[in-house]
Amino acid sequence: MSDARIPGAFLRPGTSSFSDFLAENAPDLLPARRSLPAGGAAEIAPHGTTIVAVTFPGGLVMAGDRRATMGNVIAQRDIEKVFPADEYSVVGIAGTAGLAVEMVRLFQVELEHYEKIEGSVLSLDGKANRLSALIRANLGMAMQGLAVVPMFAGYDLDSRTGRIFGYDVTGGRHEEASFFTVGSGSMFARGALKKLYRDDLTSDDAVRVCLQALYDAADDDSATGGPDLTRRIFPVVWVVTADGGVRLPEERIGELADQVVGARLQRPDGPVAPLPGGGEEAQS
Amino acid sequence: MSTPFYVSPEQLMKDRADFARKGIARGRSLVAVQYADGVLLVTENPSQALHKVSELYDRLAFAAVGRYNEFENLRIAGVRLADMRGYAYDRRDVTGRGLANAYAQTLGTIFSSGGEKPYEVEIFVAEVGTTAADDQIYRLTYEGRVADEHGYAVMGGDADTVAKYLQEHYSEGASLADALHVAVAALGHTADGGKVEDRVIPVGDLEVAVLDRTRTQPRKFRRLLPARLDEILGDRGPAEHAAPLPDDGAPGSGGSGATASATDDPTDPTDQVSGGVAPLEDPSTGEPPVAPPL
Repeated sequence: MSDARIPGAFLRPGTSSFSDFLAENAPDLLPARRSLPAGGAAEIAPHGTTIVAVTFPGGLVMAGDRRATMGNVIAQRDIEKVFPADEYSVVGIAGTAGLAVEMVRLFQVELEHYEKIEGSVLSLDGKANRLSALIRANLGMAMQGLAVVPMFAGYDLDSRTGRIFGYDVTGGRHEEASFFTVGSGSMFARGALKKLYRDDLTSDDAVRVCLQALYDAADDDSATGGPDLTRRIFPVVWVVTADGGVRLPEERIGELADQVVGARLQRPDGPVAPLPGGGEEAQS
Repeated sequence: MSTPFYVSPEQLMKDRADFARKGIARGRSLVAVQYADGVLLVTENPSQALHKVSELYDRLAFAAVGRYNEFENLRIAGVRLADMRGYAYDRRDVTGRGLANAYAQTLGTIFSSGGEKPYEVEIFVAEVGTTAADDQIYRLTYEGRVADEHGYAVMGGDADTVAKYLQEHYSEGASLADALHVAVAALGHTADGGKVEDRVIPVGDLEVAVLDRTRTQPRKFRRLLPARLDEILGDRGPAEHAAPLPDDGAPGSGGSGATASATDDPTDPTDQVSGGVAPLEDPSTGEPPVAPPL
C-alpha cells in the first residue's frame, strides 16, 4: 500500500542537524558519501585558489580571486569562492571547486535548518565546529586528490568582534586572530598581509589590504587570477559587521581595484613597509 | 470472543471530528491577514519560547493552533521537507502548495486510520509571492481538508466571532500598521452570548510575524518583537491579560470546554469531569481498589 503521508522519520523528534538527518534518510545527497573508484581524480576537476580574510575593529573582510584552474588550463575566470554562510558569517573555499560549492550549500542549509528548528542561532564556535564535521566527512575524497579546504569567518555577536577560522583536510580547525589565507597563492598573500596588516584598520582599508594581498598572490601564483581589467572581473569581497554581511557592489570593487592597479603601474611590487632602524624613510 | 459494539462509520467519523474540533476550539484564535507587502500572522501567546507562528522556508510561514506537541511535530517535518527539497533541487522549487499537500495527506491519513487519535490541530501555510496577487494562505484542518483563503483567515478559539469582526473591518491592500491594528482588535473582540466586549491585548502577549516581500534577503519571514509592536500600535488604552483558559495548567479538569457542566457526577461514567476521585477508586463510593485474591 502506498502511503501518501509524510514519512515517519520526518515527524520523529531528534536531530536539529540537517546533515545528520540526510545521513540517516537520504545519504546519497551528501557530497562526502559518494564512492569513488581507486586512483587520483585531482587532474580532472577544476580547483579554486586563493582566499584572504582580515579582521578590523568591528568586523572582518573576506575576499577571493575569481580563477578556477584544471592543470595548466584556466577552467573558469569568474568563479565565486566566497559565500555567505548566514547573516553574520561567510565562508570561502579553496580546493576542488565542485565539491566545495556543494559543501557550502550544505553548510548554509545546515545553519538555517538549526535556526528554524531550534528557534535560536548557533554560536560562532558552534558554526565553525559544524563545518569541521563536514570537512572531516570528506577525508576519503581528499586522499584521492579531491580536497576541500574552506575558511570560515564571522562576526561574533557575543564578543562583538570579527573572528576567522582556518581548517585542514582532516577537519582540524584553528582560530586566527588577525588575518588568514588559504589556497595555492596563500603563501604570497600571507607575506603581503604580514606587511600590510595593522590592528586599527577601517573597513575600507581592510578591503584595500585584501586586494593588495590578492594582487601579490596573482603576481607569483599562476593559479590565482588578478583583477581582469579588460573584462572587468574583480575579486568577490564580503564585509561582515554587527549589521550583518554585505557583498561589496561591483562598481566599488572596480574603483578600488583600479586604484591598486594604478599604484602598481608606478611600483609593480606594491606598497613599501616601513623598515625600523633602516636608513630610508618608508613610502606609502 | 466478545462481540464488539457496532458503531456506524458515520458515527465514528463524527465522534472523531467532534473530538478534534473540541481540542482546537479550546485554545486562542490565530489570524492571518494579507496586507500590501505580504502576509501578517497574529495570535495571542504569552509564551516567548513556544511559538505558534514560525518560519518554514524563504517565502513560507507556518502557523498552528491546537495541541502543541502535535503541531510542533508537523512544523519540524515541514522544515525538513522544505530544506531537503530546496537542497536536492533549488530554493525556488519549494512551494506552499507542495507543503500544504504533504500536510493534508498526513492529517487525512491519521484522521481516517482507526488506530490513531486524530490530531487536534489546524494549520495555516502562508506563502508570499512577488506581487500581492501571488500571496497564498492555505488552511489545513484536522481531517486533512485544504482550503485556499483570500484576504484573511481565522482558526482556533472562537474563530467565528473573530472572523465576523474581520469581515466588517478588513480592507484589501492595507499598510502593515493598519492590518496589525485590525488583526489585534479582532483577537480582542469577544461576543459571549450577545455580550460584546473589546479587550486591549498587551503587546507582551502578542506573537506577531510577517512574510514581507520588501525584505532584501531571500528569507522573507520576520518576527515583530514587543518593542516594535508598541511603536506600531501606539496607545490603545489600558491593556488587559486574557482570562486563563479553562484547561490551562489544570491537569484532570476534563477540558470539555465551557459548555459542559463543570460538576462531577460520580455515577455518570460519560461526564467529562473527573472531580476529586482518583482514577482507580470506585467512582460512586470512593473505595480504594481491592487487590484480587492470589
